[in-house]
Amino acid sequence: MSDTMVAERQENRQDAGRDESRAPAPQPRDREQPTMTPRVDVIEDATGITLLADLPGVSRDALEIHVEGDALTIEGQVSTVTPQAMEATYAEVRIPRYRRMFTLSRELDGSRIEAQLKDGVLRLRIPKQDHAQPRRVQVKVA
Amino acid sequence: MFASMAYPGAFGDFERLRRELDDLFGLAGLPTSIRSAAPGAFPALNIGSTPTSVEVYAFAPGIDPNQIDVTIDRGVMTISGERPSARPNDDARTNVYANERFAGRFRRAISLPEDVDPSKVEATYRDGVLRVSVARRESALPKRITVK
Repeated sequence: MSDTMVAERQENRQDAGRDESRAPAPQPRDREQPTMTPRVDVIEDATGITLLADLPGVSRDALEIHVEGDALTIEGQVSTVTPQAMEATYAEVRIPRYRRMFTLSRELDGSRIEAQLKDGVLRLRIPKQDHAQPRRVQVKVA
Repeated sequence: MFASMAYPGAFGDFERLRRELDDLFGLAGLPTSIRSAAPGAFPALNIGSTPTSVEVYAFAPGIDPNQIDVTIDRGVMTISGERPSARPNDDARTNVYANERFAGRFRRAISLPEDVDPSKVEATYRDGVLRVSVARRESALPKRITVK
């Protein structure tokens, strides 16, 4: 159950720049809806950042990853199939929705994010811009 | 120590705040199950009941299903296993910024109602959620009695 996909990058900067006076500020969707904050691990190495997020119960179809400008949003709906006529007697997971936002820094390349969802764990790979990757400078002996 | 261990450091402060809020709103006075764990224990559990079964959902993402042990002993279901750490080997060139995900051995126990049949258990693992369905005894199922 391993699915690879490339995060969608939404390019709406053009629209934002034009009619700021008239158009209402873009509201993040489902702001009012309560969500759970998934637990994450963030690990950086020389070529990029790996983000791991626990999203148990979220299938590939119910997962949304958005990059808008430097804002990365992870959202997922818990789609645990419950039998009909089930009465909850005890619940630690009460809100069937995860949501978490991150701000990417400038040296990260939001357009080349790779996402992989396996057994309820999302693995995001955010590479650094090519020019931001460390380079070894050769010292020439004159 | 297993998953029910409290968080050290900054999370410990939140835990203290949570307890103070519980005291303030009187939640601490309510009876809880003798086997209940602190909030945030791994894996999180949801338990439901249907007329024919008891359903236990354990939110345990990122575990090989073969590494999860589910046992039922004298009416107590135990879910245990180990979750590998995502931390890279001590490499000087990696930085770990957030390390919130649970790693290590875990164990949680659930006391089942008396009318279940421990020989009829079904466990499935999907999208990181373990679902264990324990059937109720035939004799405990609601029956329709025909009036002659």
